[in-house]
Amino acid sequence: MTDNDKPELPGSGREHLSPIPEQQDPGSLQHRQAAAMAGEEFSVEKAIDLTQKSYSQGELIRRRFFRHKGAMLSLGFLLFITLMAISSIGYGFIPGWWPKDYAAAATVVDGGRPSLGLFPPTWGDQPFGQENTGKDYFALTMRGTQRSLTIAFTVGIGTTILGTVIGAIAGYFRGWTEAILMRVTDLFIVIPLLVLAAVLGQIAGGGIWPLAIMLSLVSWTGLARLVRGEVLSLREREFVTAAEAIGTSPWRIIFKHILPNTMGTIIVSATLTIAAVILLESALSFLGFGVQPPDTSLGLLISTYQNSFTVRPWLFWWPGLIILGIALSVNFLGDGLRDAFDPRQSRSAD
Amino acid sequence: MLRFILRRLGVSALILFLGSVFLFFITVFSGDPLEDLRESRDRTAEQQMEARIRNMNLNEPWYVRYWMWLTGVAKCVTLNCDLGTDSRGADINTALVNAAGSTLRLVTLATFLAIIIGVTMGILAAIRQYSGFDYAVTFAAFLFFSLPVFWVAVLLKEYGAIRFNNWIADPAISLTATIVIALLVGLTLASLLGGDMRRRLLTGAISAVVAFGAITYFDTVGWWRQPALGLPLIILVAAAAGVLLTYLTVGRGNRKILYAALTTVAAGAVGWFIFNGWIVTPTYPLLLLMLGISLVAAIVIGWFWGGWDRNIAIWVSIGTAVAFAGATALDQLLRNWGPFLERKPRPISTIGSGSPNFEGPFWTGVWDWGVQLILPTVVLTVISLASYSRYTRASMLETIRQDYVRTARSKGLSERVVISKHALRNALIPITTIVAFDFAGLIGGAVVTETVFGWKGMGALFQEGLTRVDPGPVMAFYLVTGTAAVLMNMMADIAYAFLDPRIRT
Repeated sequence: MTDNDKPELPGSGREHLSPIPEQQDPGSLQHRQAAAMAGEEFSVEKAIDLTQKSYSQGELIRRRFFRHKGAMLSLGFLLFITLMAISSIGYGFIPGWWPKDYAAAATVVDGGRPSLGLFPPTWGDQPFGQENTGKDYFALTMRGTQRSLTIAFTVGIGTTILGTVIGAIAGYFRGWTEAILMRVTDLFIVIPLLVLAAVLGQIAGGGIWPLAIMLSLVSWTGLARLVRGEVLSLREREFVTAAEAIGTSPWRIIFKHILPNTMGTIIVSATLTIAAVILLESALSFLGFGVQPPDTSLGLLISTYQNSFTVRPWLFWWPGLIILGIALSVNFLGDGLRDAFDPRQSRSAD
Repeated sequence: MLRFILRRLGVSALILFLGSVFLFFITVFSGDPLEDLRESRDRTAEQQMEARIRNMNLNEPWYVRYWMWLTGVAKCVTLNCDLGTDSRGADINTALVNAAGSTLRLVTLATFLAIIIGVTMGILAAIRQYSGFDYAVTFAAFLFFSLPVFWVAVLLKEYGAIRFNNWIADPAISLTATIVIALLVGLTLASLLGGDMRRRLLTGAISAVVAFGAITYFDTVGWWRQPALGLPLIILVAAAAGVLLTYLTVGRGNRKILYAALTTVAAGAVGWFIFNGWIVTPTYPLLLLMLGISLVAAIVIGWFWGGWDRNIAIWVSIGTAVAFAGATALDQLLRNWGPFLERKPRPISTIGSGSPNFEGPFWTGVWDWGVQLILPTVVLTVISLASYSRYTRASMLETIRQDYVRTARSKGLSERVVISKHALRNALIPITTIVAFDFAGLIGGAVVTETVFGWKGMGALFQEGLTRVDPGPVMAFYLVTGTAAVLMNMMADIAYAFLDPRIRT
């Protein structure tokens, strides 16, 4: 190898003689001269586009979530249904704007047919029709929706708290909590969730609050396992070791250092639990182990009127479509949240 | 491996035992078994109460009753189970045998169908990521996830049974319905295919026209009441299966395998003529015998054509032979649809798991047995289809992004080999774990489905038992479904250990 094959030293002023023409030092005299001739400002650092805003982690997640069309549509639908269910017939002692009572029988008008029309848009006296004894079906459906949503959200919150705490303890301390968690999960393999929930629902005796508590007791395992998995990997990380080294108490480490890092998993799982609970509750009520008359829920409405499908199909369609709508929109919401928190799986990664 | 299986077995038995204690306990304390009699004004209420207390041993504490139940179950080791009596004094053993048969065949069939269809859909969606088909599958999965089981079941009962029975009495498909079906077929195919826009649109249009023509033809010749395939179509189906199998295993280049498949089809056609009498009026042993003969013939054909690829040739031949046998059975079934309709003018009953005293030739008997299964199976399949397709798609996408798949591509392997040999096999491993969890969920779904369709299955056993606060039937339900779930779970674990040696410990 002759000297000619070696690259010239950068800054020697002879870089153009190097065998690889592009291999030049941007800081060299020659380069600087060329840049000066072109009238450019010279900088060793990579230029940063200051016109573009930089986002924090939270802002990025929020932006991704708001850009998810399906999730936004679902959120709108869910808010609409919730508002309708609460405002139309009122909640507790707060009166609603809908004049009819869900429990009052009346004369059946027009065979109980729904008066809701699309062309032209009309609302009418009984938008969802009437059932066999003339009860207003709109009020009845709204009452059912209210009850179902109450149970679903209560169970969603209860499950999230239980699952997070148990999962975090099992993952951080291991030991007997973990053993219990794993055995209970195994239990759900041998006893189907619906069966266990049916027995507990019978114990609850038909009221919505006892039912919600019982359902929370059976549906926390999924979230607990997810949280345990995340905590298991997070507790080996340096920031936890650092916190331990300065004498932070285990509970503070769990709640201040580890759990904030699992927020994404928890929120997504809580959403999906709500969708599952809506379906579980309606199936239980359908079988007769969930909400009991005189109170009502969407599943109970379908169960009561399933045989009048051929005569009064609307009694069957409305509650079913509302269950489907709620479950579908909550599932889409969960999907949008997952995409926002963990963009690896989605297309709109930024 | 043996140690692994044994330890797994021990753990499963322990879980089964603990689960039984727990379920027994909460069932006993879920209510008052004498409630209806306490409120009854019947003069014999006292005696009825006495009888019920005697039947259910209500004078003993719950753990004594559990111990009695457990010792009864322990006799199963000597094939002499004693599950006790329910609150009305009826023997649970006989009730359980009938119920278990009808539920397990429902759930097993639904599981297999859901796995096959769901996994295929997931793979196709992953290969054609962000295509129309992918979006359709994703949306369908979300929809199926969110469907209330009982609602779908009632809907299917109305449209799949009552309306279908009305329709089949005088079947005719309107022009609009024909056009919609044809368009759907065309769109599905167009979104599934690769290649440029022009080619896909052309294929879609052609298949839509073909579907339109086929439906119109079926409509005019009255195929809906007198359907049949005929030997040429059987041969075509079997040959298509052979070519597809050849393409999936070794590619189009390997002539030997293709010839083996086609020879199998030819042998099948010859066999069709020889055994025609048996095919038309068979019995179950005869059917099994014919299947055995065709399998042996397939193995021989594969052996002689095989050469270096003897193994693959044999498997492809067997696959083709099975396809031929399946098409032949389908043909016979279709031919007997007319006679079946004459015996049962409203074919799909909405209630019950079989017609009580149905009499007719063999194939119509198969119809009667199968037609009851259709609607509940569809409900259960649709519900668990969703999770399989989602998981398969996610797992497949994860695998396709791996380095070894990129290496395989850069070696110049064809897309077929990369997908079927490198990506698919590894993507399917995690699916086995999901099967176990899903099976328990499916049994739960079966409880609801059976209620809607009025099957006297495990679901009814459980529901009636729980309503009467009677642990006997509930525990009988648990005994069968729990054991089935544990077995399923264990099979999945062992399959996992075989497929992925890393977790074998």
